[in-house]
Amino acid sequence: MIRTALRVVRPARPEAGADPVPAAARPVLAFEGVGFAYDGRAVMRDVSFRVAPGEIVALLGPSGCGKTTILNMIAGFLAPTEGVALLDGRAIAGPGPDRGVVFQAAALFDWMTVAENIAFSLRCAGRPRRERRRVAEEMAVLVGLAGREDAYPYELSGGMRQRVGLARVLAARPRVMLMDEPFSALDVQTREALQEEVLRIRDRTGCTIVFVTHSIDEAVFLGDRIFLLEDIRAGRFERFAVDLPGPRDAPENRLAPGFLSLRETIYRRMRHHG
Amino acid sequence: MSAATLEAPGAALAPPKAESRRAQGRLPLRRLVTRAAALGLGLLAWHLAASQKLDLGLVTFRNVPTPADVARAAWALAHSPKLGAHVGASLARVLGGFMAALVAGIGLGLAIGRSRLAGDLLLPPLEVLRPIPAVAWIPLAILIFPSSEASMVFITFTGALFPILLNTVHEAEAASPRLVASARSLGAGRAAILREVVIPAALPSIVTGAAIGMGTAWFCLVTAEMISGQYGIGYFTWESYTLQNYDDIVVGMLLIGLLGMGSSVAVRAAGRLAMPWTRAGGRS
Ligand SMILES: Nc1ncnc2c1ncn2[C@@H]1O[C@H](COP(=O)(O)OP(=O)(O)OP(=O)(O)O)[C@@H](O)[C@H]1O
Ligand SMILES: [Mg+2]
Repeated sequence: MIRTALRVVRPARPEAGADPVPAAARPVLAFEGVGFAYDGRAVMRDVSFRVAPGEIVALLGPSGCGKTTILNMIAGFLAPTEGVALLDGRAIAGPGPDRGVVFQAAALFDWMTVAENIAFSLRCAGRPRRERRRVAEEMAVLVGLAGREDAYPYELSGGMRQRVGLARVLAARPRVMLMDEPFSALDVQTREALQEEVLRIRDRTGCTIVFVTHSIDEAVFLGDRIFLLEDIRAGRFERFAVDLPGPRDAPENRLAPGFLSLRETIYRRMRHHG
Repeated sequence: MSAATLEAPGAALAPPKAESRRAQGRLPLRRLVTRAAALGLGLLAWHLAASQKLDLGLVTFRNVPTPADVARAAWALAHSPKLGAHVGASLARVLGGFMAALVAGIGLGLAIGRSRLAGDLLLPPLEVLRPIPAVAWIPLAILIFPSSEASMVFITFTGALFPILLNTVHEAEAASPRLVASARSLGAGRAAILREVVIPAALPSIVTGAAIGMGTAWFCLVTAEMISGQYGIGYFTWESYTLQNYDDIVVGMLLIGLLGMGSSVAVRAAGRLAMPWTRAGGRS
């Protein structure tokens, strides 16, 4: 139902990936004139955008353009050197369980079982053992790991480890999930299965997702909107709205005309640039 | 006996390679035979040198007992009521020093590894104390501690402390920033990060430090028991020298070696039990 709301607001033209927010929902996430510099070396300036509840925004751009930096500011690991980053209208002050981070290589706790990894946030919140177990089992089902709750991470494949990383963040019921190239080290089948999983999770939980990727295909398949961050140092970036018919997690979408044409548009834009 | 437990006390502070740890489990028969043969050859060489009273100028075996003499002396000691008292006294001292070193080493190591201020405050004095050998501590230990028992425990403590401390500092410093960031974003505070992330991540290295520290505690035992008036294997060894019971010297030495090796192995085994997440082949 979140998606239908979005579709009403979302402009149909690809050039207008403008923020769909003002009319309907308050933004979950907003950047207002954000600039960031590492030791005086500017990475970006005057970045502004708003993200609606339940929206998936894919950040696309060449290596070193500042994608991870944006994610780190949302996560609260870095503070903007100019402007302000807002979560639910309040300036982000530090990391918290309302924003979950999934890294490229799942940073699992090797000394905890799958269930203990998944329920880590509940443990930090002082939830009782019973509840931790129940949530861990629910989340394991959600990401397709049912039955492996008592395994240690060393017993898992790379794809399974990523699923645990995902489930661990989901168990904290975050408002926002931040994913930094989470599937780039996986084989095609696993990657595509997990991409579809992410879309289903968004539908089920309604959480907002900011997803960093190098892959145009992944950005188009997952994103409601795509931010192309090439000129972000100069304070400009392009936005694209993705408009695909039918359920978003349908694998056929990867061959839909809308998918292919947007993919081509972005590809030409990036090539033209380089 | 394995490569991992043969390292000289205090020499190798680096954790053993995964390779040698895996080899510890099942050795092929041929290598077992080779190793047994090496021990046998060592014994034979000792026997020949001692029974022929070999004199090479630089070293002489004139006063060295033969393996048979030593075995007889060991048999006699095994049947003497004093053995229990000697071993018991030494075990108590070594375990006391080791446990104190474990608490102090892990505590100081975590503080130094996680806090810059603690590092600046604690590292310089510790670096000065580190090279001081156990023997040099004896006079001061006697002056500081009212009972000679306490000063002996303290000397084994000085031996065990530094391997444990250094291994803890190293791993606590190296705690993966990504893991810490993940934990923070899942709601972990400072205390939870230390308890749930930093300590478990450092545990394999702490166990290695503890096994080495256990070895060095035994290493310092003879030194410590120079102060002892009555019991202890180190005291027994030292007393045998003053009484010119040369057979017993070697019995004492071998006993210390065996107990030291056994307790290092026990520490490693306890470590493996406490860390079910590490495979036999090392960490994933
Ligand atoms: N800790 C840091 N100190 C100084 N400069 C940094 C630091 N981290 C990143 N940078 C610089 O900031 C810029 C943006 O880095 P960032 O990691 O955000 O890029 P990215 O878009 O995530 O790249 P990639 O796709 O390779 O992950 C880069 O030019 C990088 O050199
Ligand atoms: Mg990056």
